[in-house]
Amino acid sequence: MKIAVCVKQVPDATVHKKIDPQTKRLDRSGEAALNATDLNAVEEALRVKEAQGGEVVLVSLGPERAVDSLRKALAMGADRAVLVADEGAAGSDLLATSRALASALERESADLVLFGQASSDGDGAVLWAAVAERLRLPVISQVATLTVDAGSVTGKRQTEHGYDLISAPLPAVVAVSDAINEPRYPSLKGIMGAKTKPQETLALGDLGIAADDSGEAGSRTTVLELGPPPSRGDSIKIEDDGSAAQKILDYVLERRLL
Amino acid sequence: MILVYLEHHAGELEKGGLGVLSKAASLGEAAGVVLGPGAREVAARAGAFGASKAYALEDEALAAPLPQPRVDALAALVAETGADTVLFAASVLAADVAAGLAARLEAGLNWDLTDLELRDGELLGKRPALGDTVLVDVGWKGTPRIGLVRSGALDPVEADGTADVEDFAASFSDFSTLATLVEQTQEESSGPSIEEADVIVAGGRGLGTPEAFSLLEELASALGGAVAATRAVVDSGWYPYATQVGQTGTTVSPRLYVACGISGAIQHKVGMQGSGTIVAINKDPNAPIFDFCDLGVVGDLHQIVPKLTELVRAHRGS
Amino acid sequence: MARPSDFPPPFGPTDAIGVPTDPAEERIEVGVLIVGGGPGGLACAIRLGQLLEEHPEVRERLGEVPVAVLEKGKQPGSHLLSGAVVNPRPLRELFRGRLTIPDLPTYGDVPGEAVYVLTRRSAFRIPPPPTMRNHGNVIVSLSELGRFLAEQAEALGVAVLPETAATKLLVQHGRVVGVRTGDRGRGTQGEPLPTFEPGSDVVAGVTVLAEGTQGLLTSAAIERFGLHGENPQIWALGVKEVWRVPRPLRKVVHTMAWPLRTLAGYGEFGGSFIYPMGEDHVSIGFVAGLEARDVEFSVHDVLQELKTHRLVWKILAGGERVAWGAKTITEGGYHSLPSRFNAPGLLLVGEGAGLVNVPRLKGVHYAIESGRLAAEAAFRALQRGEVPSRVGALDPYDESLRASRVWKELYEVRNMRQAFDRGFWVGGALASMMTVTKGRVPGRQFPTHANAEAPLLKTGRASRYPKPDGKYVFDKLSSVFASGNRTRDDQPNHLQVATRVRRPVAEAWQWMCPAHVYEVGADLGDGMVSVSVTPSNCVQCGAITAKGGRFTPPEGGSGPEYTLT
Repeated sequence: MKIAVCVKQVPDATVHKKIDPQTKRLDRSGEAALNATDLNAVEEALRVKEAQGGEVVLVSLGPERAVDSLRKALAMGADRAVLVADEGAAGSDLLATSRALASALERESADLVLFGQASSDGDGAVLWAAVAERLRLPVISQVATLTVDAGSVTGKRQTEHGYDLISAPLPAVVAVSDAINEPRYPSLKGIMGAKTKPQETLALGDLGIAADDSGEAGSRTTVLELGPPPSRGDSIKIEDDGSAAQKILDYVLERRLL
Repeated sequence: MILVYLEHHAGELEKGGLGVLSKAASLGEAAGVVLGPGAREVAARAGAFGASKAYALEDEALAAPLPQPRVDALAALVAETGADTVLFAASVLAADVAAGLAARLEAGLNWDLTDLELRDGELLGKRPALGDTVLVDVGWKGTPRIGLVRSGALDPVEADGTADVEDFAASFSDFSTLATLVEQTQEESSGPSIEEADVIVAGGRGLGTPEAFSLLEELASALGGAVAATRAVVDSGWYPYATQVGQTGTTVSPRLYVACGISGAIQHKVGMQGSGTIVAINKDPNAPIFDFCDLGVVGDLHQIVPKLTELVRAHRGS
Repeated sequence: MARPSDFPPPFGPTDAIGVPTDPAEERIEVGVLIVGGGPGGLACAIRLGQLLEEHPEVRERLGEVPVAVLEKGKQPGSHLLSGAVVNPRPLRELFRGRLTIPDLPTYGDVPGEAVYVLTRRSAFRIPPPPTMRNHGNVIVSLSELGRFLAEQAEALGVAVLPETAATKLLVQHGRVVGVRTGDRGRGTQGEPLPTFEPGSDVVAGVTVLAEGTQGLLTSAAIERFGLHGENPQIWALGVKEVWRVPRPLRKVVHTMAWPLRTLAGYGEFGGSFIYPMGEDHVSIGFVAGLEARDVEFSVHDVLQELKTHRLVWKILAGGERVAWGAKTITEGGYHSLPSRFNAPGLLLVGEGAGLVNVPRLKGVHYAIESGRLAAEAAFRALQRGEVPSRVGALDPYDESLRASRVWKELYEVRNMRQAFDRGFWVGGALASMMTVTKGRVPGRQFPTHANAEAPLLKTGRASRYPKPDGKYVFDKLSSVFASGNRTRDDQPNHLQVATRVRRPVAEAWQWMCPAHVYEVGADLGDGMVSVSVTPSNCVQCGAITAKGGRFTPPEGGSGPEYTLT
């Protein structure tokens, strides 16, 4: 069984993040790590491989540097990595990114495509549904428990009201939440072996994607202006003279929070 | 025309979608679209929130709360009506629909929007970024435009009126109906988890003793929310790790966050600064939390919290 | 009066020694193992990489992984912190024929310098003392340099393994055979969590310890092989911030005296540095010896106090703090050096071995120089077909180290730091004499007392610290946040300290620690209190080791994530 895991390098959450005022894009020059939930997706893929046999391929869209963060997932046990690294892809929005990823995934023809549900820099949110649409595959998201057997996948998907158990035939796209598992630590042997695992770097041309269909040219959304944080408005400070509880209730009611 | 996707549950239109509809109606002509069993019955209600009309489709394929058939339905409706914008209120389901629709129509999708406006005749969205520390203006190139609005960001504005309900037809792609619903479970509310809660009552060292958490539990229950804790008290064993909010715990953004006995150290702040409204109760007037809350109360939480609980219950009871 | 040394930690140096326990086929074999991805370890790795490139026949004999570097931080550079103004000579030597200084990430040559003696309200400029002249030196961020050196090492075929802590030195039959790496995925009580991944025995023909200031395995080795120096090691704590500033700083600045108190009895020795980092950033730090006696002495807060001085305000006003960090520096100098820097199968490199020139505030270039010399000694032994664990096989390292400028310079300033035990003014005078006479006068050895043996005092020093405002003056928790520290909180406590102590000792720890790890706990009666420890705040500076406890490395990947320090 071939399992593809789409992973994304994001600036490390702990490093002072900023948006480059010139390009209006996230300044990715700081430390980079894999998006946290991507590790859950990698872990799940490894578990499926351990149960069913097969291969785990990492697929990522990012700058050349992203190869470093792929190494951690390779150290955990993934077999191979494919990085679509092309200057022209910088600034891609959901549409352009999903186009490039879908192309790379088509090349792999995986039985199961996994995503991590949340991206800490916001760019990858909801990517899986767009990719599934392009690949014409069924998609299950927000999965907290996954069962895979020959030919089909069943996911327990958490919603606001409870949970749904959804089934789909393979090949399928699944987005997992961070509740699904605890990612393993790579063993030292794994870390040492990661460097020798096959890592392919592709350009957009290799995927048959024209420059017009990628990067800012291929995007249908724009970032216009950065502003100060949404101001919290005036802050009120009061001292309790016995009436604080009532004042709090009035305040909350006034803002229709109840 | 703006199409607003309206979810419904137990015979009622969901508040989130209605909030988006109210906003859309203030920007131009807006119509609601309701899908799935029971759609026709509730769709007319959209008129009270600004919809000029409401579209409904109750096909079998839409019976289960799955995204892909909804993409088919909406794509068909966009083609039929020539709508230039489709807006959604974020939910697990809506997010998948919005993204699938964007790919289907090769349309731009801006998500996590907290506001929308018209500038020089163009639709613009506003979204927070970088952990809610900056606000970004985002736009669309070409049409149609797809927008996903952050849960709870826009409030419904109700007036009088009902909308005409119009049926429409859609055909469903072969791959959209491959996923099937095996079982659906409504979770009996043992209360929401802190990630999902709309209201959170959180406690820190200022509580003084682990027993004081029972005061917070009462308040949370009265408010229909969840209880959270700071790292310090979790480390001391006062409350479970699953409720920890902060840099190394969970990041939350409820509509209301009541911080009791919490000083507001930055490691905690980053976990909850995206909350809609922050009310802080602390007896130290110099606590850093007073610098970033909306309503700060200097006082004894052991007095204020039980009183507040009583008042909330009384209000709800009436 | 209480002393921290009255309450020793539940940990002895030989707790970090063991024998291999993994079955033979599961041990990880490498040719040369280097512990520590700092300038010393990486210089050693780079030099070995170069030599093995030139001599493939030796490389072949070292197996699949000829050279491996273990680094406990998230990546090389994550735990590196320094000023830093570096003497470029050892770097030039290391990269001879391949790279020149402009190829390295630096902030350029030192543009000019100024040394000030401060009082609360004034700054008196003095001519830079000879030990502080920096002409010809370059300004770097050690963290950035570390990342660069790691890339160079990897390009030469070295396996750099981050997130890997070395917790035990493996010694068998009187020889060092490798190290054991730390477990990952244990809970607060030590219980294995579902993600538990045990450490591994990593075995090698030669083990090079380049652990830096805290040298856990180094001190274990010194104990085990009887390599003690004449004096115990002593440390200073350095705390620094990096600021983005509106006006460029065009000189390297050092200050002395205020806010430290100059009378000998307080034991406050140190000063500050302010270095330009390009046009728009500045690195500002305070370094003070850990024998400071006041329980409320806090280098973190002394740095905040320093910033309120007019001189500093002019540099930083209108700017923004973008990074913070803290780390100890070994200060014992020549007389605290181990008696030998090698043992069977073992080489000691860099600051872990005490190679820091305190009066010149320099150690990075010694680390690089000693790393290079260690690589050459190890290579020569391997090339000869030596068994590196034979007694004396690695003695050439000691010989080359003692013949080098590192040794000469350390000898010249061997008493300077200790002279300051007499206070700033007398010490200053003594230091000047030593400088002028290159260490001959006064030539007698000054005693060094272990930091933890200094009796504690209480003088209300904390009342001088400015109040945090979150914009210019910061509190410790905000600083810990700015260090990028994301240590998993449900891990076992890695800080070995006594948990029932006299109150002044707990107070001293509470103030000393720049990350607010220790707090005075419950009153236990009789003047004793418990100590509450929050290990996840720890930025791994090592101050506790100087003051009566023992820092040991937590799970690999924990701790700060420095990028600019």
